[in-house]
Amino acid sequence: MPTITLQQFMFGAIALVILGSAILVATLRNIFHCLLFLALSFLGVAGVYLLLSADFLAAVQVLVYIGAITVLMMFALMMTHRVMTTDISQSLTQWWLAPLPIALGIFAVLFRVYVRHGGQALVDTKHHAVPTTGIIGQALLTRYMLPFELASILLLVAMVGAIILAKEDKSDDPA
Amino acid sequence: MIPLEWYLGLSAALFCIGIFAVLSRRNAIGILMGIELMLNAANINLVALARYMHPHILTGQVFAIFIMTVAAAEAAVGLAIVISVYRNAEHINIDKITTMKW
Amino acid sequence: MEFLTRITELTWLIPLLPALAFALILLTGRKGPGQGAYIAVAGIASSFVLSLLVIAAVLSRALHGHEFEAFAHSAPWMTVGGLPIRMGYYVDQLTAMMLLVVTTVAMLVQIYSIGYMHGDKRYPRYFAYISLFSAAMLSLVIADNLLLFFISWELVGLTSYLLIGFWFEKPSAMRAAKKAFIVTRVGDVGFFMGLLLLFWYTQSVNLREMFAHIPAMMSQTIFGLPALPVAGLLLFAGAVGKSAQFPLHVWLPDAMEGPTPVSALIHAATMVAAGVYLVGRMYPIFAFEPHSITLTVVATIGIITALMAATIATVQNDIKRILAYSTISQLGFMMMGLGVGGCGYTAGLFHLMTHAFFKANLFLGSGSVIHGTGTQDIREMGGLSKKMPYTYWTFLIATAALAGLPFTSGFFSKDEILLEAFHANQTIFWLGLVAAFLTAFYMTRLMALAFWGEPKNKEIHAHESPKVMTRPLVVLAVLSLVAGYIGWPTKNIFHHLVHFGEAEAVPFSWTVALLATGSAFAGIGLGWAVFMKRVISPSVFREKLPWAYNLLANKYYFDEIYWAILVVPLFRITAMLNGFDQKIVDGMVNGVGRVTVLMSVVWGWFDKWVVDGAVLLIGAITKLLGRLLRFTQTGMEQDYVLFMFVGILMIVGVYLLH
Repeated sequence: MPTITLQQFMFGAIALVILGSAILVATLRNIFHCLLFLALSFLGVAGVYLLLSADFLAAVQVLVYIGAITVLMMFALMMTHRVMTTDISQSLTQWWLAPLPIALGIFAVLFRVYVRHGGQALVDTKHHAVPTTGIIGQALLTRYMLPFELASILLLVAMVGAIILAKEDKSDDPA
Repeated sequence: MIPLEWYLGLSAALFCIGIFAVLSRRNAIGILMGIELMLNAANINLVALARYMHPHILTGQVFAIFIMTVAAAEAAVGLAIVISVYRNAEHINIDKITTMKW
Repeated sequence: MEFLTRITELTWLIPLLPALAFALILLTGRKGPGQGAYIAVAGIASSFVLSLLVIAAVLSRALHGHEFEAFAHSAPWMTVGGLPIRMGYYVDQLTAMMLLVVTTVAMLVQIYSIGYMHGDKRYPRYFAYISLFSAAMLSLVIADNLLLFFISWELVGLTSYLLIGFWFEKPSAMRAAKKAFIVTRVGDVGFFMGLLLLFWYTQSVNLREMFAHIPAMMSQTIFGLPALPVAGLLLFAGAVGKSAQFPLHVWLPDAMEGPTPVSALIHAATMVAAGVYLVGRMYPIFAFEPHSITLTVVATIGIITALMAATIATVQNDIKRILAYSTISQLGFMMMGLGVGGCGYTAGLFHLMTHAFFKANLFLGSGSVIHGTGTQDIREMGGLSKKMPYTYWTFLIATAALAGLPFTSGFFSKDEILLEAFHANQTIFWLGLVAAFLTAFYMTRLMALAFWGEPKNKEIHAHESPKVMTRPLVVLAVLSLVAGYIGWPTKNIFHHLVHFGEAEAVPFSWTVALLATGSAFAGIGLGWAVFMKRVISPSVFREKLPWAYNLLANKYYFDEIYWAILVVPLFRITAMLNGFDQKIVDGMVNGVGRVTVLMSVVWGWFDKWVVDGAVLLIGAITKLLGRLLRFTQTGMEQDYVLFMFVGILMIVGVYLLH
């Protein structure tokens, strides 16, 4: 039996947390609980980034996914509260198991591809982990300047779009 | 030393759980959650491959950042749509929104 | 000196600024400053200032006595069949002269247009077009390679088309625009073939590289003909089309349907001179040997055009058409100058410059007249000299210059052309004198009918045009007077600048000068006698020689001839094909039809029982399948996504299994 290093053990634990909470996200009846487990899953992904010595990305993961997206979804849930409180099935009523073979099939395909081709052309990663924040910042403002600016425009457009979509139409509702 | 395949396997599993969530949830917000899971799986893939193939070039991480940006934009717009659907239909059950079948 | 040399590095800005103005006017439309007019004027004025600096640089370099070296810069453009092609500009004395002429006239015309086009419903569009024209024309002038030259050439043709048809609601304007476009295109085909031929032999489109290959091309032949003259004549075909030379001159008089400032700028001063400029620019191709066949053709076409157009001009009644034929005639003079060789090169291009000023002046003056009287028919005018003093005096000066009266600019340039012709070819010289005589005659007729005497139509209340229109006229009149002095016979600065081979101008000849002046005065005298003093009745020509009058009044029936030999046969062929269609094809079709009717009776039975049965069966199957497939169309997005994933899985699965 091969020995398991501390790193590998940590990976296993984190993977367990991620997958476990993800499965709960996909299956729990109470949508609010789903959201909480989704946050836990995001936290686990941040842990994976740390294992991959992507410190900046881990921080961004926590900030953006847990801090912004989860909270945003929470707001949306509260605004659509009637759905949350009624105790109805959150899954599709008819043939809800049909997606299961599909998901498993895709997993099988992906896994097969990875196992067969994944281990090629790898480099040794045993070098010291360096802080990535500065490097990423430099890359974003030099080589990836244009995509960076485009991303900012995308965010602006999304913001404006979201406001317009969610705005209450006053003309229909005089009250 | 963690083999690369572990990361890829984790990513594949997370991706498929995401697909399952997208396909089986009837709540629109639940579907959005599934999409977020899928995007996270893709990010893990990108970062892991970048780390193992070219550890000195952070292209994979930069791409992950862009994906996060897109995910944030998508979540904002998606949730806004959910809210406006809720306002019009008084529910957000995707199986009851069948206007595509005229 | 250093500063001026630096300035020439900005030559590429000269066409770019009007192009920028064009884009700006397009973007701002009616909201732009002065509805876009100020943008256009600002663009061309900056080009004008730059051109002044460029010409100063060229002058300072040329007058320093050193061997002149042109300013040239280029950048990689594209690769054709492995040959890199560079695009750039080339500034020598000829370019500098053209730059000055084009920017000066274009600027004055655009200022004038502010008044002339006032209140037009497509006002911004007009200035956009005219800016685009200026840009194209200026890039044509500074082009260092024939390809860029050709592109600009086509662009000026396009803007000319757009501006002739500017008032496209008028059917005549629309037709004139199409005619101009198509007729010049005939010549352009020749130009393009010439370009390709030169490119084939020299492997370059750059002007200087082409010229360097001329000695090598001397021995080449194409289809048994010497290649160099063939290429030169093909290029000249383009010049014939653009400069409205015989036999492709028919478009220019019709082009007068456009707004008058356009006629002044495009169809008098600049674009039609582009043909002359082309010959001047490509002169080494033409003058590969003294009195080459190419030059002879150029000179012959030139004198034919000059005479033909001058005779037609004597009987026209539309003020703009008279000027249009006069333009054709003067362009013929330029071609003649270029064609006689020797210092004729200088003379032709000198005439191009002086002509640009006085003809633009005449056209703008006629625009002012039309603006003031509301008619173009000189028979309805008369007595305008008192009512429109500015227009009258400037028009008079320009007329004197066109007629070639001594000490006006036209005198110096026309005299130089005739002097060269005198030395080169006596026949051309005497014919040229006749053309000069006719020029003086028809211009006197125009002055007499339009400006002198008494008003003929009492309903027309002429008034002077606004200042924005008369000021450019004054500037142009001054230029028409003084521009000739740089070509003063004993100290010819112009010749020192623009010459081909000969370093010294041909000495002044009293004989030629006196003959030229004499013919001009004779023309004026005859005109005065006929149309002012009525010593000879103006109608005597029409009554005594009706056939000749009709020939001229109908412009030698060129349009009718083209109609008969080109358009009518085309219609004939069309009609013939139509007849073929009706008789033979239709007959066949009818025969086939009859057979078909017979067959169908037989088939009817078969159809009813066998085919219909099959069709019904297929219909039933389709219905059944549809009923089944309907279950997949649930209208639920998730179902569709599910199907999509199933599809992906199947595709990838098949791929993996193989």
